[in-house]
Amino acid sequence: MSKTITIDGKAIPFEDGQTIMEAATAADVYIPHLCHHPEFTPHGSCKLCTVKVNGRNCSACTFPAAEGQDVLNNTQELIDDRKKITQMLFVEGNHFCPSCEKSGNCQLQAVAYHLNMLDNHFPLFYPKREMDASHPDVLIDHNRCIFCALCVRASQQHDGKDVFAISGRGINKHLIFNAESGQLKDTDLDVNDKAAHICPTGAILIKRTGYQVPIGQRIYDHHEIDEISLATEHPHGE
Amino acid sequence: MANKIRVATTSLAGCFGCHMSFLDLDERLLQLAELVEFDRSPITDIEHCTNCDIGLIEGGVCNSENVHTLREFRKNCKILVAVGACAINGGLPAMRNFIPLEECLNEAYMDGIGVENPQIPSDIELPLLLDKVRPIHEVVKIDYYLPGCPPSADVFWKFLTDLLEGREPELDYELVHYD
Repeated sequence: MSKTITIDGKAIPFEDGQTIMEAATAADVYIPHLCHHPEFTPHGSCKLCTVKVNGRNCSACTFPAAEGQDVLNNTQELIDDRKKITQMLFVEGNHFCPSCEKSGNCQLQAVAYHLNMLDNHFPLFYPKREMDASHPDVLIDHNRCIFCALCVRASQQHDGKDVFAISGRGINKHLIFNAESGQLKDTDLDVNDKAAHICPTGAILIKRTGYQVPIGQRIYDHHEIDEISLATEHPHGE
Repeated sequence: MANKIRVATTSLAGCFGCHMSFLDLDERLLQLAELVEFDRSPITDIEHCTNCDIGLIEGGVCNSENVHTLREFRKNCKILVAVGACAINGGLPAMRNFIPLEECLNEAYMDGIGVENPQIPSDIELPLLLDKVRPIHEVVKIDYYLPGCPPSADVFWKFLTDLLEGREPELDYELVHYD
């Protein structure tokens, strides 16, 4: 008999070494997340996947599943916490969806839609952030970076390069590029690298591909992220 | 007539796009007109609002007049609603927040290409610009938010019919868009 945890009262099987997120995804249970991607080492930074494990809040993407765990996922308290976390992500950067090419395909926006986030709640920071348009094929807009480090991990773990890193702290935290000049054009990033396509927001965009799919016909315009996430991240789904 | 719900609307630092979207209610406006009457609004040209039930605010806050208008609405409306991206997060006008105000004015009125007779407008009738464009929830308490750029007519309809029929307003997934 396989080992199980319970999520919201439902028995979920797991194998040793799996995280709560991995066990949940395999059982078609969606836990909201942004920095988690099944192909890469968990990062545990966005905290959207916060679940309550035997009474304590934990990140489902980093926490190992273990026999006897009683996990709460879809409680009003956790949904409210996740909405606040998402609002903090929005006010900490400059997320002007109407002028962003990623709108409708953006996971940050999609999580906010999923949580029925209608406002920002907090005062906005409007931090001053730059753009890097130096690379011939890839554009970086730091205004939209949420420091999930997916590009950092994809570059290291999939592309066999080391193009990106996160530097600085607090409101001054920012994405940096592995080049003496600090410019993206002087890195070995290629437009076909996984790192160039992994960004959950509009911080990394591919040049000359904008608006090929019109606003209103994009992924999350008509499908919720739980449905899309389970269809694409399920271990047997591909 | 005395029992009609009183609605006021205004556009602060907005583009009137949300008002245009509101007018997209089309024939539903006739149904709405049986239930509500408009107080201060670009639709009526009434200049100040008095004892309203619902205030719809488009646009963020970019100058001193916006602040006064917003406070007047808060004082006179039982329910105040932030309508559209600019009211909610400053929107497009807030993209000036990354450029010092003096540089913005110099670019527009002094150094910009094609500027004739360069001078910074300083007529006493002109409201003073704020250092930064702010969303309206940073200035007054807001009761409800209708996201979108603009929110569709269906969003206005769902929200207003929910309120008028005594339900807590809710926007389903398809009605929540930030673009």
